[in-house]
Amino acid sequence: MSSEAELRLRERLSKLSRMRLLGGTRLSGELKRLQEQLERVTAEPTGEEIWEKVELARNEDRPYTLDYVERLIEDWIELHGDRGRADDSALVTGVGRFRGRTVALIGNQKGRDVKERTRRNFGMAYPEGYRKAMRVMELAQRHRFPIISLVDIPGAYPGVAAEQHGQGGAIARSQAVMSRLEVPIVACVIGEGGSGGAIATALADQVLMQENAIYTVISPEGCAAILWRDAGEKKKAAAAFRPDAVHCLELGVIDGIVPEPEGGAQLNHDEAARLLGASLEAALEELEGLPGDELKRLRRAKFRAIGSVRTAAR
Amino acid sequence: MAKIDVSIEHKHPPEPDDGKPHPNTCPKCGSHYRDDELDAHLRVCLHCGHHFPVRAPARIRQLADPGSFVEEAADLRSDDPLDFFDLRPYVERLAEAEVSTGLGEAMVIGRATIGGRSCQLAVMDFAFMGGSMGRVVGEKFALACEGAADQGVPLVSITASGGARMQEGILSLMQLPKTVCAVEELQDAGSAMLSVMSHPTTAGVLASFASLGDVIVAEPGALMSFTGPRVVQQTTREKLPEDFGLAESNYRFGHLDAIVPRPELKDFVAKFLRLFGHVE
Repeated sequence: MSSEAELRLRERLSKLSRMRLLGGTRLSGELKRLQEQLERVTAEPTGEEIWEKVELARNEDRPYTLDYVERLIEDWIELHGDRGRADDSALVTGVGRFRGRTVALIGNQKGRDVKERTRRNFGMAYPEGYRKAMRVMELAQRHRFPIISLVDIPGAYPGVAAEQHGQGGAIARSQAVMSRLEVPIVACVIGEGGSGGAIATALADQVLMQENAIYTVISPEGCAAILWRDAGEKKKAAAAFRPDAVHCLELGVIDGIVPEPEGGAQLNHDEAARLLGASLEAALEELEGLPGDELKRLRRAKFRAIGSVRTAAR
Repeated sequence: MAKIDVSIEHKHPPEPDDGKPHPNTCPKCGSHYRDDELDAHLRVCLHCGHHFPVRAPARIRQLADPGSFVEEAADLRSDDPLDFFDLRPYVERLAEAEVSTGLGEAMVIGRATIGGRSCQLAVMDFAFMGGSMGRVVGEKFALACEGAADQGVPLVSITASGGARMQEGILSLMQLPKTVCAVEELQDAGSAMLSVMSHPTTAGVLASFASLGDVIVAEPGALMSFTGPRVVQQTTREKLPEDFGLAESNYRFGHLDAIVPRPELKDFVAKFLRLFGHVE
């Protein structure tokens, strides 16, 4: 191993030992498994392993937003419509009780079967969806409800009407609304965190990722089509930009990793929900003591600082 | 409005040698120009009004009062956080872009006066890796916002970008929230922002700071869609309207305050600065 590679590995290890990878763990057996996982993730993943993450993140049996709502939220009232044009069922919003407090929840929602997938546009929101999210965030601000945002979107919807209805502007303004809120915001990528569609609802005080989720600037297929001029090179593209949670944590893009049941969240929805619930609660508890203007200031400062740049010439 | 010189005749463009038309040949009407002819007319086709791309330094010369522009953060350079390698290494692409454009990155920022009024400028250059936004572009834009807020002057942003820079992976996506937060801080400080979208302003730049101006205008014919027409066509098999994603369509659907032809842009910016240039 070259000394530079060793140095990087040491850096990774020191970062990983400080991270909240173990959030929500209760059983000692689980701790052991996570310890093994910790060891596994400190090794450089191969291209094949990264691609496995992509496939797990897209697994059709993975719990979606409403599966978590069902398991974690009491007294749920789903809120429909953007108060302008339509109700976008690719992005669900609502209010409910989460561990003793009222929260507003926003989440992308894919469909389980062909019919529901079509109705929910495969989880890809229209601008109307982002507008619904914005109005619910403003509702949360009025009533001082913390916000939970569950992110699971392949990417913004590439359609004519979506563009005509102002997709770019809606994604920009949704982020702007989030940067103005004075209530705690916790986001978690629970599957695919795809590009602008994901960041539209992920400008949060704490951004978490499930162990097998991915967070990307563009889909591996899209990246391959542009840079390799061949969408078939998706595995190479994924290996090059490494969308996995550990990498995102190392880059300072996320604040913590939420463990999943052995083999992935798709195998045990209840356990996945328990682990997610524990992480969300821990994150909210950390934020709830801070005054609103301080939350806003810290949130902006955090995104201002992501990805340092240097002034020296190459 | 620049006077249209009708004495210039249609000329025959040189044969393309790489399948692409010559950059000085109008893609709309086929008129061909010498560099000095195009520059004298702000790079607008005299025959059909097509707006040719404008490089960042030329744009600044067109808009800023002569001698008033002072560049800032010119020494910022991108590094390669992911050791990214597609068909070629990212560092090689960066070096090549720097040599071929003479710029350090895809955005130039600085102070200037326009029509005698002070402002902060943030101007993008499509020639530098498609105007893509990586960490340095995000940082420069944030610095421009902070500079404008510190001086209590408006920010004038002129965009030309294909979106986020894929070679910086997820860190390039993070430039969206970063620039959004920068605009919010600017507006909280009481400074105004004018967003001028030139061709093309798409994807990550459209979906962040460019859409957050107090006033948003575009040049005629500028493509401003989150997803490009080819991808929309391929994914949905929808028949695209002729003006899909163009400034004209965006104006009709209510996403733009105005379409400002380039010869009128300096006057428009000066008017904006007269109206918004005072911080209470």
